[in-house]
Amino acid sequence: MPDEKITLEILRYHPETDEEPSFQTFEVPYHEDWVVLDAINWIKEHVDGTLTYRWSCRMGVCGSCGMMVNGTPRLTCAVFLNEFHPEPIKIEPLAYFPVERDLVTVMDSFMEKLQSVKPWLIRNEDEEKPLEEGEYLQSPAELASYKQFSMCINCMLCYAACPVTGLESEFVGPAAIALGMRYNRDSRDQGREQRQEVIASHDAIWNCTFVGECSVVCPKDVDPAGAIQQAKVESTIDWYTSLLPWTKK
Amino acid sequence: MSKPYTPPMPLTWWNKNTAYRLFMLRELSSVFVALFVLELLCFVSQVGQGEEAMDQFIKSLDNPLYLLYHVIVLAFALLHSITWFNLTPKVMVIRLGEEKVPDVLVAGSNYVACLVVSLLLWWIVKG
Amino acid sequence: MAKSNEPIVWSLFSAGGVLTALAAPALIVLLGFAIPLGWITPSFEHVDGLVGHWLTKLFVVALVSLGLFHWAHRFRFTLIDIGLKSLDTLITVACYGGAIVGTGVAVYVVWL
Repeated sequence: MPDEKITLEILRYHPETDEEPSFQTFEVPYHEDWVVLDAINWIKEHVDGTLTYRWSCRMGVCGSCGMMVNGTPRLTCAVFLNEFHPEPIKIEPLAYFPVERDLVTVMDSFMEKLQSVKPWLIRNEDEEKPLEEGEYLQSPAELASYKQFSMCINCMLCYAACPVTGLESEFVGPAAIALGMRYNRDSRDQGREQRQEVIASHDAIWNCTFVGECSVVCPKDVDPAGAIQQAKVESTIDWYTSLLPWTKK
Repeated sequence: MSKPYTPPMPLTWWNKNTAYRLFMLRELSSVFVALFVLELLCFVSQVGQGEEAMDQFIKSLDNPLYLLYHVIVLAFALLHSITWFNLTPKVMVIRLGEEKVPDVLVAGSNYVACLVVSLLLWWIVKG
Repeated sequence: MAKSNEPIVWSLFSAGGVLTALAAPALIVLLGFAIPLGWITPSFEHVDGLVGHWLTKLFVVALVSLGLFHWAHRFRFTLIDIGLKSLDTLITVACYGGAIVGTGVAVYVVWL
């Protein structure tokens, strides 16, 4: 049927005029091969040019178009309309983040948390190899030990799935801790102790109650919940070994 | 001008979806498991008081209310065991070279261990 | 590197989680159904001998203590997460304090 429609209920927020967000309903042409992002783009192009949202690559790589789709954090470029048709689809900005406008969230806190775990390779100052000695080699097994955690695209779906991020604003959160673990596991890295200052603190792994939804919604199967629990085990081992008299520093 | 709207976190956040509700039940299972270990301690204490006290304790448990209570306790204990076993592969990652030992094997070994422990306890208590 | 003392309570919580996950269902079936309903009829001498064995004593104390620490850790976060964050310290003291008291009671009942 060429003129079939689907209803989108989109949460709108205009900071200039609104005290709080409210839903607006749009009728959108239904195409079996359209994803939710296509429908939102159609609205922006044909109905309301002021509709504000983030998107870029349309292929599940850039991590910009995450929204709550019927209450679940999803990449809107990877959810087809036919998953819901003929039922209406409710679109909201990612949960637990402040809303800047319409579907755009404020990401500043996430950016700070991400930086706090130092997600880059760290070498001890005097142990950096001179360039002419070439690269740091890594075996396939060493790569495999962190590869899963390196797949993160910073889409923040895991934060929107985690009630702890809503309850504790200081919680470092799933993606940042998983990325910290990604570098801790890297055989070329020597920065674990620096990262532990953040990761092993109360505001990071010890705030996690292992709801586990971060790993369920992750579009890249990073498994941040696993990363956090593994960090708990490792930090606990650290804690007990630091009690041993012969490990004094 | 920026005037971000911060959505409130309702106290009933745990009732938002099935996953959160199941999580809350999982956490609450610890209450029932704790009540049971205390009950077991009471039983041990009664055994220490002698045969009469033990028989009386056992007899009092043969009562529809206590049986119903124990059905609930057992249900929560099983919820605890199942969720605990199923989450173990996320916590305990065993690698053999490039390969990760499959989650099914890690979780499965927990179920096997549970079965062995259960049969052992049954055999020891049965006399 | 000890930035947080959470590892102590977390390790007790985990140990309790493992022990109760493995043993609790069978023990509930035994004490809640099998013995009161007469599926098995162990004699007093058998039960008394069993309870008097040092291994059983150790097992019971470990099960009670770790089971309570398991509860304390989860219950603490549950209470804080359902809106009692302002009572954080009180809840923490009450939960782990309860588990410590319970451990003491278990040692008293089993050995004294």
